[in-house]
Amino acid sequence: MPAPTLISDAQLTGVRDARLRRERRRRIALSVLALVAIVLMGAMLMLGNTIYSPAEVIGVILGQDVPGASFTVGTLRIPRALSALLAGIAFGVAGSTFQTMLRNPLASPDVIGITSGASAAAILSLIVLGWGGGATVTLSLVAGIATAVVIYVAARGGESTGGRLILIGIGVGAMLDAVVAYLLVRADVYDVAVAARWMAGSLNGTRMEQIPPLVIAVVVLVPLVVALGRDLRALELGDASATSLGVRVDRTRVLLVIAAVALACFATATTGPIAFVAFLAGPIAARIVGPGSSVIIPAALTGACLVLAADLLGQFAFDTKFPVGVITGILGAPYLIYLLIRTSRRGGSS
Amino acid sequence: MNAHHVIRTQALVAGYGGATIVDGIDLDIPAGRISVIVGANACGKSTLLKTISRLLPARSGAVLLDGKRIEDIPTKELARTLGLLPQQPISPEGIVVAELVGRGRHPHQKLFRSWTTDDDRAVTEALAATGILDLADRAVDELSGGQRQRVWIAMALAQETDILLLDEPTTFLDVSHQVEVLDLLADLNAARGTTIVMVLHDINMAARYADHLFALRGGRLIASGAPGDIVTADLVREVFDLDSLVITDPVSQTPLVLPRGRHHVAGAG
Repeated sequence: MPAPTLISDAQLTGVRDARLRRERRRRIALSVLALVAIVLMGAMLMLGNTIYSPAEVIGVILGQDVPGASFTVGTLRIPRALSALLAGIAFGVAGSTFQTMLRNPLASPDVIGITSGASAAAILSLIVLGWGGGATVTLSLVAGIATAVVIYVAARGGESTGGRLILIGIGVGAMLDAVVAYLLVRADVYDVAVAARWMAGSLNGTRMEQIPPLVIAVVVLVPLVVALGRDLRALELGDASATSLGVRVDRTRVLLVIAAVALACFATATTGPIAFVAFLAGPIAARIVGPGSSVIIPAALTGACLVLAADLLGQFAFDTKFPVGVITGILGAPYLIYLLIRTSRRGGSS
Repeated sequence: MNAHHVIRTQALVAGYGGATIVDGIDLDIPAGRISVIVGANACGKSTLLKTISRLLPARSGAVLLDGKRIEDIPTKELARTLGLLPQQPISPEGIVVAELVGRGRHPHQKLFRSWTTDDDRAVTEALAATGILDLADRAVDELSGGQRQRVWIAMALAQETDILLLDEPTTFLDVSHQVEVLDLLADLNAARGTTIVMVLHDINMAARYADHLFALRGGRLIASGAPGDIVTADLVREVFDLDSLVITDPVSQTPLVLPRGRHHVAGAG
């Protein structure tokens, strides 16, 4: 142990108090995010053609037989709200994990083509193979991981792997989107309508039996990512610094990639690729809790709030009902353009 | 002072892809002293440092910490003894100084265990030792190059390792900040007894600040010893392919290399 440098109690207290202030700020921000998510969930359960009171909604949740509400809330609104919550968490964690690991806000699975891989597989499964829910989820997952591996292998080697990975990912994503377009052109008219709505990212008609795979993914993988969060924060400083801090860089990265890709794929297979939630959640969460601390849990809550709020807007804010992905797309596109402009001004290095 | 950990290399061979860059190097790094690795561009000095710090696996031979091969030591345990400041560390956007310095505590912390008084103490000491206590709440992005280098050194200090490796810590700094950083490292070595091993470009700064020099050429160690004993015109020619005059630096009483180029040489041509 090295001999200490002399410090005064006042100096120690000053540093500790500043840290406690930052932590308090973070706790408050997290509580606010959680509260907003709960309020939005409540709103989704109460609002609709018929508005039910909180008491009626709670009654349904507790399993009581509430006339009218039991069907509307229990069969229609609860699955919708749950899938919004879980997909938001999954996309938020997946996106912020990739962004932090690759040290670039553009490096989100929905920007670099991974969710496109999952989408292409889901469309193939739904309208060409005619497969059901479980098989579709599995195929999406396999395709998403395969896409990630292809992008990684194509981008590896040399310096600036991050920047190259993003460009290759955008290219691969465009290719896979073309595959989706081709499949839609070849499909029956009825299937196209279903597939198109799914592609836009829609919570309409979500049924309870679609939700368990996503629940399992979130319950297993989110804690894994949170547990790796400290190592992830060391990785942010560069591979050399992370190694020096005792992180097993390759192992940590492989685990994080698998967990994040799986989360994005499960969510995509359940709700469709809700545009830009993965991409937006991390940066918004970082703004809310302040930079420097782990962004995983804040991004999970931010993702949930984004999906819930966008779905409420899509359902009730306009004369026409819009799928949730249309609303998040309108929110996300300007931010993507802003980042692309900023990146190209910096010379594209990352 | 403290019980020193000893690091050395044995017939170390390392490189990238097909190329062998470090070609059989035995280093006995003196504990509790400042050692500097010097050599021309592409002589293998950075690769040697990377291999010692386990960023790059050895092809053959070994890096030994207290007689144990470093790849056999658990990574976190090793990280409590051996720290590295890489050439271009990356600071996350918007992070404040105290938080970045706090990340140096990583190898001392357990999963889900919260921050301890010991962590606060280590961070405060690191900030005080590098003279940046008053910058603690500033964003790292806003600092000057010299200040930022102090922050990174503070992070390495918060790691509280006995051995600190630095890869060209002065490269992007102007001369006054170079001296400032090297003085700081000399202070740390004196106050904490930290064994410091660094790669430096500038042979004169190296000769001034090193207790011990390792001179490399073509991936091999060609000279090792106190600067005053080994820095001669012959050595400079051998290491850098450069004609020079070596005099005694009137400021530091260490060797000072004055290069003889083709131009501006009095009495020549």
